[in-house]
Order: sequence, then C-alpha cells, then structure tokens
Amino acid sequence: MSATVLGTTVAGLDPWRGFIGDGWRAGIAVRDFIQANYEPYTGDASFLAGPTARTRGIWDRLSAMFPAERERGIYDVDAVTPSTITSHKPGYIDQDSELIVGLQTDAPLRRAIIPNGGWRMVEGGLKAYGYAPDPAVAEIFTKYRKTHNAGVFDAYTPDILAARKSHLITGLPDAYGRGRIIGDYRRVALYGVDALIAAKQADKDACAAQPMTEDTVRRREELSEQIRALAELKQMAASYGYDISGPATTGREAIQWLYFAYLAAVKEQNGAAMSLGRTSTFIDIYLQRDIAEGRLTEEQAQELVDDFVIKLRIVRFLRTPEYDELFSGDPTWVTESIGGIGSDSRPLVTRTSFRYLQTLYNLGPAPEPNLTVFWSPQLPQGFKSFCAQVSIDTSAIQYESDELMRPRFGDDTAIACCVSAMAVGKQMQFFGARVNLAKTLLYAINGGRDENSGAQVGPQLPPLEGDVLDYEQVAERFDTMMEWLAATYVNALNIIHYMHDKYAYERIEMALHDTDILRTLACGIAGLSVATDSLSAIKHATVRPVRDERGLIVDYTVDGEFPTYGNNDDRADTIAAGLVESFMAKIRQYPTYRGAVHTQSVLTITSNVVYGKHTGNTPDGRRAGEPFAPGANPMNGRDKHGMVAAALSVAKLPYEHAQDGISLTTTVTPNGLGNSRHEQIRNLVGVLDGYTAVDGFHMNVNVLNRATLEDAMAHPENYPQLTIRVSGYAVNFVRLTKEQQADVISRTFHGAL
Amino acid sequence: MNGTVIQRPDLGITPVGTHPPGELVASVHSWDVVTAADGPGTRFVTFFAGCHLRCLYCHNPDTWEGRNGQHVTLDDLVAKMLTFKAFITASGGGVTVSGGEPLLQNHFVEAYLRRCKQEGMHTALDTAGFLGVRASDRLLDDTDLVLLDIKSSNPETYRKVTGVALHPTIVFGDRLAERGNQMRIRFVLVPGLTDDPDNIAGVADLAARWGSVEHGGVVEQVDILGYHRLGVAKYKELGLRYPLADTEPPTTEQLTAAAAHFTDRGLRVTIA
Repeated sequence: MSATVLGTTVAGLDPWRGFIGDGWRAGIAVRDFIQANYEPYTGDASFLAGPTARTRGIWDRLSAMFPAERERGIYDVDAVTPSTITSHKPGYIDQDSELIVGLQTDAPLRRAIIPNGGWRMVEGGLKAYGYAPDPAVAEIFTKYRKTHNAGVFDAYTPDILAARKSHLITGLPDAYGRGRIIGDYRRVALYGVDALIAAKQADKDACAAQPMTEDTVRRREELSEQIRALAELKQMAASYGYDISGPATTGREAIQWLYFAYLAAVKEQNGAAMSLGRTSTFIDIYLQRDIAEGRLTEEQAQELVDDFVIKLRIVRFLRTPEYDELFSGDPTWVTESIGGIGSDSRPLVTRTSFRYLQTLYNLGPAPEPNLTVFWSPQLPQGFKSFCAQVSIDTSAIQYESDELMRPRFGDDTAIACCVSAMAVGKQMQFFGARVNLAKTLLYAINGGRDENSGAQVGPQLPPLEGDVLDYEQVAERFDTMMEWLAATYVNALNIIHYMHDKYAYERIEMALHDTDILRTLACGIAGLSVATDSLSAIKHATVRPVRDERGLIVDYTVDGEFPTYGNNDDRADTIAAGLVESFMAKIRQYPTYRGAVHTQSVLTITSNVVYGKHTGNTPDGRRAGEPFAPGANPMNGRDKHGMVAAALSVAKLPYEHAQDGISLTTTVTPNGLGNSRHEQIRNLVGVLDGYTAVDGFHMNVNVLNRATLEDAMAHPENYPQLTIRVSGYAVNFVRLTKEQQADVISRTFHGAL
Repeated sequence: MNGTVIQRPDLGITPVGTHPPGELVASVHSWDVVTAADGPGTRFVTFFAGCHLRCLYCHNPDTWEGRNGQHVTLDDLVAKMLTFKAFITASGGGVTVSGGEPLLQNHFVEAYLRRCKQEGMHTALDTAGFLGVRASDRLLDDTDLVLLDIKSSNPETYRKVTGVALHPTIVFGDRLAERGNQMRIRFVLVPGLTDDPDNIAGVADLAARWGSVEHGGVVEQVDILGYHRLGVAKYKELGLRYPLADTEPPTTEQLTAAAAHFTDRGLRVTIA
C-alpha cells in the first residue's frame, strides 16, 4: 500500500520514461545522463521538509543503541562468517517501516569480519572486544587462504620494516583494505545489473584474441571476478526481495539500487575510506520525475533521503584499538560530494543537494556520511547561504574547491576519504597514507639515527659538528634524507598495492568502474608545519643542538625570533611550499605499480596526535610527544593574525604538487563570524569565496565555542551527536580519545577575542 | 618575569631602522585580518602605535606608546595589505585603520587610505575622534566608514574614562555628519563607569543628532560593546596596574537596556 504511494516497482512503467539525450543510452555514461536530464535549482532552502514520525522512530531506535556501542567499542560482531556480498541473511532495523533496506550483516551495528585484508586485523579486533576468533576461520586464513597482509610482509624490505617500526612511515594499508576507491554506484540504478554484466563481458571478449601477456591475463581474471561480483550483487538484492537486473523505475528504486551496490562494496571490503561518490544530483532526476508525475511529495522525497542517510550512518567495520588510535572515532568516510559547477557553467546544485544537507537537521548532526560541498564563487546564492547556515549549526560540512578540481578531473568528480579527488568510475587511487616529514628532519640532523631509540634507520651521515645549526647544511642533509625516504616509501606502496590486487581485489567496486582507468599512487606527508617552522628557526634565529650521552641531538635551544608558517609571511610559507614541491619531485622519480600517476596529500586526519607522540623535540621549540598540527594547518597557536592569514599561508601550498589534496581545519567561534545569524552566514560565505579565490583547496569549518567542547569532555553523555571536523573528516567529539579531545581544544580558536 | 621586555608582534614586514628620505613611514603596532569586527566583511586591520587617550578599560595598552611600534614604509604596508586583496574583495570586506589612535599619524594614514581607494578597497577609520581636527577633508573623502568611539556623553565621565576632553569628538561627529561621512557609533558599556542611564541617553542623543542612514543621516549602525576583561594579561605583561580590577562585564539585561536607548531613537543597534 505504502509501496504504491512511494513508487516501488510499478509494473509496466518504462524506467527511462521522460529522460532525454542519447549518449548515455549507447554505453555506460552516467555523467552524460546527468547533464542531459538534471534541473539546476537556484532557489533557497524554504521548500525543505522536516522529519516524519517514521524517520524519527527509526533514528531513535538506533540512537538508543549508540551509547552501548560507544561504551563497549562495538555493539556486536559476527565472528564466524567471513563477509562477502552474499554471506549474510537480510538484516533490518525495523522491517515494516524501512523505506530503503539492507545491512552489512543480519542485524544493525553488528559488525562483520573481512579477513582477506589480513587475519591479524580480524584477530586483534575480535580479541580487543572480548570475542574469540573462530578456530575454523582462523585455520582457513592462516593455512589455506593467504591474505593481503601476509603477502605484503613476504615482500617488505629491511628498510621499509625499519621505517615503519620507527613511525617514519605510518598508517600504511598493509593490514586491512586500502579503500579510497569509489564505485560508480549510480550505474546500477541507471542501467540495472544485467547491462553492466554485458558490458564487462564484452570487454573480456575483446581481449580474448590478444597474446596472453601478464597484463592481459590479469585483465581477464579481474573482469571475471567483476562479473561474478555483479551476479552476487543481484543475488544479495534478491534476498531482500528486489530484482535489480534491470534499471530503477522510480526515485525510491534508484536510491535502493544505488544503495545495494554500495552495500555490496562495504560487505566485502573494510577499506580505510569507503566513499559514496556524487549521487545527490543523479538521484534528484528520479525524485523530481516522481514529484512531477504526482507519485511523491516533498515530504516523501525527504523521507527517502533521510532513510538512505540513516543506512550510511551505520556502516561499521571491525578494527583494532591501534587503528582507532590513529584514526579515531570509528570513521568510515562515506564521503558524498555535493554541488559544484558543470563544465557548461550550470551549477550542479539540485533540490536533492539541499535534501542531503537537510538530513543534518532531520536526524541531527553526524560525522557520516562525510558531506563535502564542492565550493565555487559561482554557486547559487541560496545554496551558498544554506551551506553556511548548516556549517554554523552543525559543523558537519567540509568544503573543497570546485575551481581547482573541475579543470583537472572534470565535473563528475567525487572525493574519496577526505580530500582525494577522482573522476567517478574512471579513476581510482592506491592509498598510501603518509610519511612523517618532521621526524625526517630530525633524522637529517642525527645522520639517519632515530632521536628516540638511537637506532640507525635512515642512511648514515657524518655527525653534525659545531654549536649552532647551519641552515644550508641542515637543508642539504634533509634533502638527502627525503631522497632515501621517497625511494623507501614508493617501494612500500608498490608492494602493498601489488598484494592488495592479488589477495583482496575490490571486485564489486571495480565492476562499477570503466575497465580502463587512471590509477594514482597517493603518497602523503605529515608534520609539514613542524618541519617548516623548524627550518625557519634554523634559518632566521640561532638554534643550538643539545646532545645526550649517546651523542644524539635530542633537544635545541633557540635564541631570537623567527617567522612561522600560518601568518601569510612568505619567509616561512615559501619553505612549506618548497617542501611540498621537492618531496613530490622526489616521489616522481620512482616507478609505480601498474603505471600509477604519483600524487601526494597534506593530510593527517586525527593521526597528527600519534605522529607527534613518536617524534622527539624539534628545532621550532615543539616538545617531544606534542601533537603536530593536523593536515596542512599551522602549528597550534602560531598563527597570530587570525583565520584568514592562516588560510592564505595554506593556500600557497601548490595544489599542482599535492593533487591528492591539502587539508585545512579551522575553528571559529560564532561571534567570530558576526553578531547576527544573517551576518554570520554572509561572512562565512565570504570566507569560503575568498579562500577559493586565492586557490585554497580544502577547508573544514567548525563553528564552536571552546566552552562547549570543554563541557562535552566533562559530560560526554550530554553530547551524543556533537560533531566536529578534523582534517578531512568529521567525528563524534565524544568518541575521540581524551588525548585527541585535548588536542582539538588546544587548537587555535579564531575570533575568540 | 620583570615585565620590562615588550614582545613585539611579528609584522611579517621588514621594519625600517631610520626614515629613508622621501618615504612615508609609520609606527605600526600590528596587523590582523578579521571578520565581523571593525567594519563589514573580512578586513585587513592595521593597528597604529600611539594614543593620547588612557581609557580605563583599554584592552590594548600595548598600543599606547608610539615608540613601541615598528617603523613600516607605506609601500610595504600596502604590499602586505594587497596579499589579502582577493580574500577581502570576495567577502565584501575592506581595510580598517585602527590603533592606538590612527589620526596621530594622520599624514601616513591619509596616504595609505588614498592607496587603498586606488586599489578599489572599502576603507574604514576607527577613531576616538579626539584628534578629528587632524583628519583632512582629503583623508575623509577616502574614508568609506568612520567607526567613531563615543566613550561617554558626559564631559566629566569622558575625562575620567579617557583622560581627555569630550568636546573635540562631538565637533568631529558634527563635521562628519555635515560632510555626509557614514559612521558606525561604538559605545562600550562598563558597569559602574559608563552605565548611568543619562550618560547612555546622551550618547544616543548624539547619534540621533547625526541621524540614522535610513532617515537621511549618516549613522548606519550603533555597536554596543560589553566591557570585557581580556586585556588583564597585557597589563600584567607591561607591568601596569589594571585600573578596573573589580569591574565585572555587564549582564545581557544591562546590554539590552542600553540598546533600548538607541532603538528608541530609530537607530540600528548590535550588541557584541
């Protein structure tokens, strides 16, 4: 009954009725379909609908389970069933009232084990939360079925192991899924699974006559796996009572088909970031058609989006406490990219772009899905204002420059994880975490010895002589050390991704890509501001090393003042920009697995705390163990001229040499944006327009009072949904470790005066 | 801590030691880029060093002494400002000259505002008005908005708060009104010092005399600023006694009551 109202399978309807354009009918071309059929929306937010009683009921039911999950670390886990697309029976939150169905396992918040990435992660995760690994499963994945993790450690070199152990290279995806691959989940809704299988079969047939070189053999095996995964996707949907072999007919079906495809991905991969893509404007075409046909009201359209987003909010993976220490708050990076401008200058903003943001009101703030607005000064005013308003109210949105991405990646680009741009279905990355540049500088000073352990990790250089650090000398040694690090790092990533393809191939996600795609090797750096300020201190002030009894330089005394990164001061900012450019140049020298294009990011997520913990005293005056600034941020408290000057410093980092993204997290108090709500919205829009105009790439915007965070730290039970943005993603503040909470609070609050 | 060493803010501009001949040089305390303060949008605010007034509640006592500033050439200051231009323009902001008292260095300020106007920037002058006579017509022609601090409407209270006479500020306000210079009136509410209802009413009368923009006058807005104690640390650092040690910030009710004096006279008011 409600099925008819909301337009589930309506017999006899042509799924493509009313759609125009031909390009997308001839082959798989979702972007062409969107461009031919979407209607930009240039109005304001006044049309939006609030939550229905049904929506509230489902969300309340889940919310009641969150405190137990937070307390225990996980709510529940199925420890005996390795997860595949079809491994689990259908699961529901409340079967009778769910509009969009499907869970990773047979019950909400019940986590699955995904051992292909590595048995150790599964075992560690289970033990940490008091569950015993199943002996039969353990035997399979340690005796009969090799994992990605096992493969990687078969090939790692002594240099890589040493750099990994000393925390010079960290966060590598060598024990779990690499993630940062976005399947074009929209394809399932637009074409149905059968058409996608046929297209992949055609690609497989096309290479049958070629000589069976290693590349071709791999291509045929991968295509076979993709086709198999698509068949399993159909089977999984069928278990929920849906036949998704053909295209979706209504808005509700389009969301359901798309979600099934995404669900298949998160059932089979525990990737670090499992991002959704750019779906709102695609879905809008279906919802608006239903509304025009009288099948759907605004309230019902919103309800469908709300129900979809509820599902995205409860994606879960089983991880170890060590992983959580690095990436706190149980993140999944279900990143959804919203807005932007098309290459024909029409905004890609639709009513459904608003509806996605509206979920932050209807369901309350939340870190997932990771809502990412592609910002451009050309966006419609109504949308800009609504985004700013939502930021001020929820702190749950991040912004990335459409002006920087569109010319490079096209107008159907989405963000994977936090700041990694990729053309949907046409591009993937080999995620490479990051190296600790601040620690590398200490290695340069100590001739390759670790400042904490004293172990010789990097290449041995003669000890530094003299009482005062000489800038030219340190810079030259730093260059040598970075050269070695880049080589070691690229080697590690090549091994990891070779093994990941071999033992934990993303069958369903790659089935939703073109067969020929662009691959990038996404390197990254952490500790940029510490390294920069340290070099600035050595250059502009007098830095004297302090040696311990082992002859290791373990501390520094600094006389005189020095310019610091984050004040729009070229003396410091050019050092930072130079480091980004020179490390990228070094990375580019080394060949990559599968011919991937080298990129890098300046992003730490919450790992800035752990990097700092493992790094000794630095010449900028930072004490051993103190957290780094997150991402590309200036060091805490050293940006003396306010948020805009800090943003300008960050904007000087060359995106050309950091095309995997440059992350800036800002926190401003509401008063720092203006007195009235209207003024606050207008000024935040101005800040975002300004940052885009100076080629800034990414900005996390938190609008918060320090007192709120302090109170939340003391009384977490009162703030179950308090969301803050940290270097590329959002977290529930109360799920951070105490250490990370303190780090967030100690960060510069702009406009506190 | 002996409190005698003054940590100078890093300007990111190389200070000049002596005045190069023919170059305009100012003594600058610091600069900031701020949003939602000192004028509309995001603004490049220069704090000039030196002030004649010694307001009891001043939260920037480190800007009192001109000799504590750093010497900066006009070209260098303009160059620094221009690095923010794209940002400022996109946000509908501009530049603000503040202090200290910017009109102590009126020749420099006049030349600086001229350069800013040539660059198409919105300009604001943040002043107590005591030195209004030093502002030439040319300087005021290049000023889009005057942020005029009225510390009190009562000559005795004014002198008690600032150490100087009220009259020049009123003359300056009259002159601005006559010239048609738009202004934003700022009034700091300090319990026990400036919160006498007659005093507040007197400030409101002055604002009303210059007229709201909506009614053909020049006052676009009145900002009521609640006294705060954020300057305390600076006094300590400078080895100065904090004169309002026992004064508490006003309550929301006190601020609202003060605002009513202005709204009653048809003026637009914000409370910060």
